[in-house]
Amino acid sequence: MTDTASRELPLQEIDEVIIRFAGDSGDGMQLTGDQFTSISAALGNDLSTLPEFPAEIRAPQGTLAGVSAFQVRISDFDITTPGDAPTVLVAMNPAALKAQLHNLAQGGALIVNTDAFNERNLEKAGYASNPLDDGTLDDYRTYPVPMSQITRDAVAEHGVKPRDAERSKNFFALGLISWMYTRPVEPTLEFINTKFRGRTQVIDANTSAFKAGYNFGETAEIFEAHYEVKPAPLAPGEYTNVNGNTALAWGCIVAGQLARLPVFLGSYPITPASDILHEMSMKKNFGVRTFQAEDEIAAAASAVGAAFGGALAFTSTSGPGLALKGETLSLAVSLELPLVVLDIQRGGPSTGLPTKPEQADLMMAMYGRHSESPLPVVAPRSPADCFDVAIEACRIALKYRTPVIVLSDGYLANSSEPWLLPDVDSLPDIGVEFATGFNGTNEDGDGIFLPYLRDPETLARPWAIPGTPDLMHRVGGIEKEDGTGNISYEPENHQLMVDLRQAKVDGVDVPDAEVAGDVDADLALLGWGSTWGAIDAAAGRLREAGFEVAHVHLRHLHPLPANLGDVLGRYRAVVCPEMNKGQLCDIVRAKYLIDVEHIGKIDGVPFTTGEVTDAVRKRLEALSSA
Amino acid sequence: MTDMSFTPTTQPGDWASDQEVRWCPGCGDYSILTALRMLMPSLGTEPRNTVFVSGIGCAARFPYYMNTYGIHGIHGRAPAIATGLAMARPDLDVWVIGGDGDMLSIGGNHLIHALRRNVKIKLLLFNNQIYGLTKGQFSPTSEIGKVTKSSPMGSLDAPFNPLAVALGAEASFVARTHDMDRQHMMDTFRRAHAHDGAAFVEVFQNCNVFNDGAFEGVTKKQNRDANLIPLRDGEPIRFGADGEFGVIDEAGCARVVHTADVSDDELLIHDESKHDPSTAFMLARLARGPFEPTPIGVFRAVRRSEYAMATTRQLAAAQQKQGAADIAQMLRSRGTWFV
Repeated sequence: MTDTASRELPLQEIDEVIIRFAGDSGDGMQLTGDQFTSISAALGNDLSTLPEFPAEIRAPQGTLAGVSAFQVRISDFDITTPGDAPTVLVAMNPAALKAQLHNLAQGGALIVNTDAFNERNLEKAGYASNPLDDGTLDDYRTYPVPMSQITRDAVAEHGVKPRDAERSKNFFALGLISWMYTRPVEPTLEFINTKFRGRTQVIDANTSAFKAGYNFGETAEIFEAHYEVKPAPLAPGEYTNVNGNTALAWGCIVAGQLARLPVFLGSYPITPASDILHEMSMKKNFGVRTFQAEDEIAAAASAVGAAFGGALAFTSTSGPGLALKGETLSLAVSLELPLVVLDIQRGGPSTGLPTKPEQADLMMAMYGRHSESPLPVVAPRSPADCFDVAIEACRIALKYRTPVIVLSDGYLANSSEPWLLPDVDSLPDIGVEFATGFNGTNEDGDGIFLPYLRDPETLARPWAIPGTPDLMHRVGGIEKEDGTGNISYEPENHQLMVDLRQAKVDGVDVPDAEVAGDVDADLALLGWGSTWGAIDAAAGRLREAGFEVAHVHLRHLHPLPANLGDVLGRYRAVVCPEMNKGQLCDIVRAKYLIDVEHIGKIDGVPFTTGEVTDAVRKRLEALSSA
Repeated sequence: MTDMSFTPTTQPGDWASDQEVRWCPGCGDYSILTALRMLMPSLGTEPRNTVFVSGIGCAARFPYYMNTYGIHGIHGRAPAIATGLAMARPDLDVWVIGGDGDMLSIGGNHLIHALRRNVKIKLLLFNNQIYGLTKGQFSPTSEIGKVTKSSPMGSLDAPFNPLAVALGAEASFVARTHDMDRQHMMDTFRRAHAHDGAAFVEVFQNCNVFNDGAFEGVTKKQNRDANLIPLRDGEPIRFGADGEFGVIDEAGCARVVHTADVSDDELLIHDESKHDPSTAFMLARLARGPFEPTPIGVFRAVRRSEYAMATTRQLAAAQQKQGAADIAQMLRSRGTWFV
């Protein structure tokens, strides 16, 4: 970027890098990470991101509680996780260093904003002495950079108020990292112009800070080299970078188009699901009606009402909200109306860890309603997979007239990956027909409508919406007589209806489970949801180390694939990593009497590939010595 | 009140379902059911475009008895279910039926939010001041000191005044009627139906099993003259066999007076379309309970943006601005690159 390069630094080609930007929650680390991700995506790298933010909007400045981080991994090969340990850590202040240093790989590069390491900040972070010069950082390649000062100097010419001047330092950091990994500058300059349109001073300040960071890398004689990560061999086509919540929202909207039904979302804001409400609220031109309800129950109840009216209805939430919706979902089970519930799981119990992922709502999704109240459950395995799973959930809901729960989590919600855009014309038609005429006769031979007369194949009942002539009928939570839907307290009828509701869900068409990797291995890894990336990568590492492992990953959790018992029964050992205390293990054990072994992790952080690899390697070694 | 130019296409019988009505003999709900079935043909609507939504309780069985579309939901949630339905289908007539426990206790939150949003649903609260279906516990409208199975020494809970709650929630239509006067019920329900927004009607309803005679002090024929105050828009508020009583505004409080003691222009003129709800609130709180002069009729009917149509207008505006639905465009909206 400078007219004349002051010195020639070697350009080293590397196959991947994992960078973690960490700073105060007001420092703009998410924006910095997002922008670095966008540039890298455009360069054709494969990538995966992991944002990490505090539950508080602005925790006290400079404290450990206020640290916000964004990890991005870019590579020239196919990846499925944001990486275990960052190889580069950018720490904007002592708190960020203290909170994040343990993540940094041994010998990793540490870029610190030295200006922030004053007595006050050190004390707030709980450092008794300055880690920059007390040996704490001896195991790392540390690059001290006075980011605040250089940023202030760089923006001085734009007349920015002193207290605002430092706010551009995230762009300085982005500039520096862009130089280190030879990212082009133009996309970021364009981004700044678009993002801050109309605020000339902000544009000028951020542009200057960004350029200062880039030039600093080139001219300050502290770096030994800069690096290049070549494009990954991705399948040819058009890509976008998508996170799980966006993909889920888009999937719901597209499902409405594929079903030719108006979309309705009833929702109450809750972390980490709110972005679904936001995204769908911005798509009113698709005829999407969003309703920010007074509470979680009303959100679900409004969706039931909309479904009765003939809409493709959704409600989005997280664990605490799903608990509140339980009774309403059992109503939907009883009314046999299509409804899709999006549960973006987070740490619990109670408020728990609102911004951290967990997979501990599985049992609640399966059984968290009173009485016998079965409904299908599906789970996406990656951010982009959320799109397909949303459409699959809608397909099941519509075809079988049932509520369906989608179990995503806070990790999938906010992390992103490149997504090869689907061919819109090849998406499935999931439309169903409303009932329009009589489906029975009374004793006089007159036509009548039987709202609970089932399709013999799917056991779905007819969906007759208000406005349809002659098909007026009442549905309700009280037990209904088979066929007529009239209130019935008859013992035999209740048994029949309980059995029918269960049979309908048991009969949902679910594709067979597929085995990835070494089909004939002794050990199979079993997983569901967001652990897919770590399990898949761990299986890869184990194979490189000479082991054989199979991997079965479930999209459909209820009903389970029909062949699952047979498939898992073939292995000497079945190991299931889950971010819970063994919920899928328990379900599979109970259903198939297979002794599934649990690998658990419930610390609010997704499994790393290394954690899964190590745990499974131990098991494999035990197996081979047995 | 009937519009003579209108020829009904249905008869009251067309609105009755084939289900046996199973309220206790003598229940006030029967007369409300009859009033609604008789009213329906004159509303210019049809059973197929009408939906009754309810929660749980004796009143909530109502939808089963109407030959319309209907949802018998779960306790308290009927206003929320109806809101979703009315938003998805602004073309429908949506009625919500519930009791005092359903709408003011477990579903109180949904009631106030449905009212403030002004979504076009008609909410009829059958107030019998008792829990009937669970066999006789005190309700959120029961008087303090009520002795019931769950309050053997008398209830300690101060009751809600349903109309005051509705007015406090910015309801655009608030009315009261009672189960002993079919014509008054029909007139009131007709007004509620015509209202373009959320309409809230409290119906004094007798539970002859668990709270018999709760409203007798005002609804029994011989008590009506002395204790029912019919509200008529634009007219001075007078009541009594010979109009010998009236209501005045005394420093912000409604007070009953002998008309002989005041000049005519001191009487409060009822103005249901007055935007400021304080006069309606004052009237709602005139009686301490159904044993002293109590206003009935339409307390408030004001125009306010209707929620479902406002939602529809936003959809149209978004189409205008963002263009019609285009999946391919949406999937590319965050930028793309080619490999």
